[in-house]
Amino acid sequence: MDEKRVHTGRYFMMGNVACAEGALAAGCEFAAGYPITPATEIANHLAEKLPRVGGAFFQMEDEISSIAAVIGASWAGKKAMTVTSGPGISLMLENIGFAIGVETPCVIVNVQRGAPTTGMPTIGIQGDMVQAKHGSHGDYEIIALCPSSPQEMFDHTVIAFNYAERYRTPVFLLSDAFVGHMREEVVIPEAEKIETVYRNIPEPGTDPLKVKGFLDEDVAPMPIFGKGFKAHVTSSCHDEYGKRNLIDISALDKFVRRLSNKILKHKEEITLVERDYEDAEIVLVSYGGVSRAAAAAASQARKRGIPVGTLRLITVWPFPGEEIEKMARKTKQVIVLENNLGQVYPYIKAEAAHFAEVSFLPPKLVGEIQDPEDILKKIEEVSK
Amino acid sequence: MNELVHPYHCFIRPTVTHTTFCPGCGDGTVAQSILRAIDGLGMDMDDFVFVSGIGCAAWIPSPFFNADVLHTTHGRPIAFAFGIKMGLPDKKVMVVSGDGDLVAIGGNHLIQNARRNIEMTVICVNNGIYGMTGGQAAPTTPMGVKTTTTPYGTFENFFEDISGLVIAAGASFVARWTTAHPRQLTNSIKKAIQKKGFAFIEVLSQCPVQFGRKMGTGNAVQMLEDYKKRSISIKEAKKLSPEELRDRIVVGEFVDLDKPEMVEEVTRMIRRASGEVQEVVDAGRG
Amino acid sequence: MGRTEILIGGVGGQGVVLSGILLGTAASLYDGKQAVQTQSYSSELRGGSARAEVIISEDRITDPEVRRADILILMAEDAVGRYLNKIKPKGLLVIDADLVKGVTSGDYDILAIPATSIADKEMNNIIVANLIILGALIKKTKLLSVESMEKAIEASVPKKAKDLNLKAFRRGLELS
Ligand SMILES: Cc1ncc(C[n+]2csc(CCOP(=O)(O)OP(=O)(O)O)c2C)c(N)n1
Ligand code: SF4
Ligand SMILES: [Mg+2]
Repeated sequence: MDEKRVHTGRYFMMGNVACAEGALAAGCEFAAGYPITPATEIANHLAEKLPRVGGAFFQMEDEISSIAAVIGASWAGKKAMTVTSGPGISLMLENIGFAIGVETPCVIVNVQRGAPTTGMPTIGIQGDMVQAKHGSHGDYEIIALCPSSPQEMFDHTVIAFNYAERYRTPVFLLSDAFVGHMREEVVIPEAEKIETVYRNIPEPGTDPLKVKGFLDEDVAPMPIFGKGFKAHVTSSCHDEYGKRNLIDISALDKFVRRLSNKILKHKEEITLVERDYEDAEIVLVSYGGVSRAAAAAASQARKRGIPVGTLRLITVWPFPGEEIEKMARKTKQVIVLENNLGQVYPYIKAEAAHFAEVSFLPPKLVGEIQDPEDILKKIEEVSK
Repeated sequence: MNELVHPYHCFIRPTVTHTTFCPGCGDGTVAQSILRAIDGLGMDMDDFVFVSGIGCAAWIPSPFFNADVLHTTHGRPIAFAFGIKMGLPDKKVMVVSGDGDLVAIGGNHLIQNARRNIEMTVICVNNGIYGMTGGQAAPTTPMGVKTTTTPYGTFENFFEDISGLVIAAGASFVARWTTAHPRQLTNSIKKAIQKKGFAFIEVLSQCPVQFGRKMGTGNAVQMLEDYKKRSISIKEAKKLSPEELRDRIVVGEFVDLDKPEMVEEVTRMIRRASGEVQEVVDAGRG
Repeated sequence: MGRTEILIGGVGGQGVVLSGILLGTAASLYDGKQAVQTQSYSSELRGGSARAEVIISEDRITDPEVRRADILILMAEDAVGRYLNKIKPKGLLVIDADLVKGVTSGDYDILAIPATSIADKEMNNIIVANLIILGALIKKTKLLSVESMEKAIEASVPKKAKDLNLKAFRRGLELS
């Protein structure tokens, strides 16, 4: 990896800046976006740093064109990303579906903010969790990572690019204003310690008629533009060759299922969780910044002699149901914590409720992650 | 025995067996003019990436053209094309889409990219209607026309001059023709392809099925006759008053100028930022 | 435990967030400690309310929010109502005495520094009042070493403002 892309060192760095640094280290060449609080620092940093390594950040006319340009650049062979917040994602959703439909690697950073609607731009909440999974129309699977610290803003951005390239799909980094604006120690490793992945493409010179560029559950090689593959890329229902089919229901079934299965088949290697629930009778399940409060509460509870553990979802999508079940089978009580009114909770409950009692602890104030003291109270309540 | 093969057959995707356009549709003429221009310039389909939105006109390159084709969402092809061009600056990027796609839902992408003067060719097939969805009013549908969504006649002012809009936004090449001018259209497309800048061609194209029926302008032949009758060159039009120009179609090349082009400007910026060249920047350049 | 929670409240343009960054940088990069700094501000850049939170600890910091401030720094009257209830019993309240008048005594120490007037009179620039406050805070609490703070200032402040900021910080060291 290019030296100039990786700024090895130890920093006291803002999460958003760490995200931009992660993008650089991952090999991002093209970024497009539209200014929005609390994501602007990422755009600003990319605008400054990308040209130094031959790339560029483009400020588009809106978020619709931002994601469109990113998809276009990806088909031109570039590693590409966009950065925004909830209102921007709302505008992007149609084209995010497009990216899924034609299997386009790209990274979408959502630094979530107080919502719904314009809401409160500088306050972080986890309000767009389900939007990432279900916002665009139709059945599909998506990958989403939830960083909890500036260090992870760096690390997870690299992972997001690698997943996007490996599975030819948009990957969400679901951060929020709290983590995005948080400063903490960030260690950027040496370039050779950072793994980077680039998509498979068909063998140059392959007869275009023989290129099967789509709908392979093991990820078809991407017939990127400009290489003579004469790729026909349409988001209409199509077959493995990209050929449109608007009449056979069996073609639609294959289109929908294979796109989803491409992610689900590799769920195990995609799924990232942090488990710390050996012998725990109560397990706190959370993700993102909230998981830090959960870890604090669990450690205090253990000091008081209550066997409390934690399960932290790093990839929230594809939903790691197997991990939830595995955990629930070993414990008695599951407490779900999110900085929202309960978005992933129903998914967790559906997997865990057969084996354990499941409850939800919302934040006292939406926008302020749960106080470990309040979590302890809840723990004591359920442990009675 | 020698099989008769159309000279442009080699430009057509081998897996395509038939067109999807209605009989008499002008989109076939537009398709042929594009291919003639490419052939006339001695270029190869691999020199191009085609991008289209959603609508009948968007089906011109997709699937027919045997090239890299990105068939995108409704209204957004120019925005996708932006990313492709930035990623593949040496390729010719051509957008082909309808009036509804490029001027209604996608209007701002048209305006903003004309302003940027990013190198690409945009062919706007203006049939004055939403053809694909069954004859609804477009921003180009003349006032008073009954369409499926305006059964009592449209009550909105309409875009009589899309080209004027794109000129005002800053494109470096703008032309308008109709499907009754295939030769002139082909020539303008050639120039557009070679233009270092945003090149826009508006083609009035007959939609006998959804527009002709509603307007009572008749079948394809009658519509083409009508285009011919109403067309007037830019030079001739200058001699007429606005009243006299009402209902006329001014055709020709309105703008063909040289001005800073965005891909080149970006390349220059990257060279400066990466320290590859030291360049004095004149921030005040108009 | 060794976890110190610091909350700084003021208005935009006073360097509230910069104060937080300086404390965090000094702790994390130069003092061998862990630090988390978070912030919030209303959308107006100047004049809107601004808040920075810093947690400094010997150990890994899990919970990143300031729940009950060991140290509460108030730089505007407006911030009193918003944050005074956040101070821990027996905590330390640091105020800019020129700007914050309405503080009654309570179960906390008060360190009142006329930072704005000193900055105005001696440095001809009220913008560095925050550095004077930080100097006084470090002197009183020994939370971080003076060297670490000075390194953080040098690393974080634009070159041409460096001397002025260092001067203000050192002036603060003489105060408490
Ligand atoms: C977001 C969205 N809205 C609506 C549609 C439905 N739709 C498909 S084509 C079309 C109109 C196309 O009109 P035009 O661009 O003029 O093309 P034409 O068919 O006339 O060539 C519409 C509204 C869509 N595909 N996507
Ligand atoms: S509906 Fe109109 S524009 Fe569409 S294919 Fe038919 S004739 Fe052409
Ligand atoms: Mg139309």
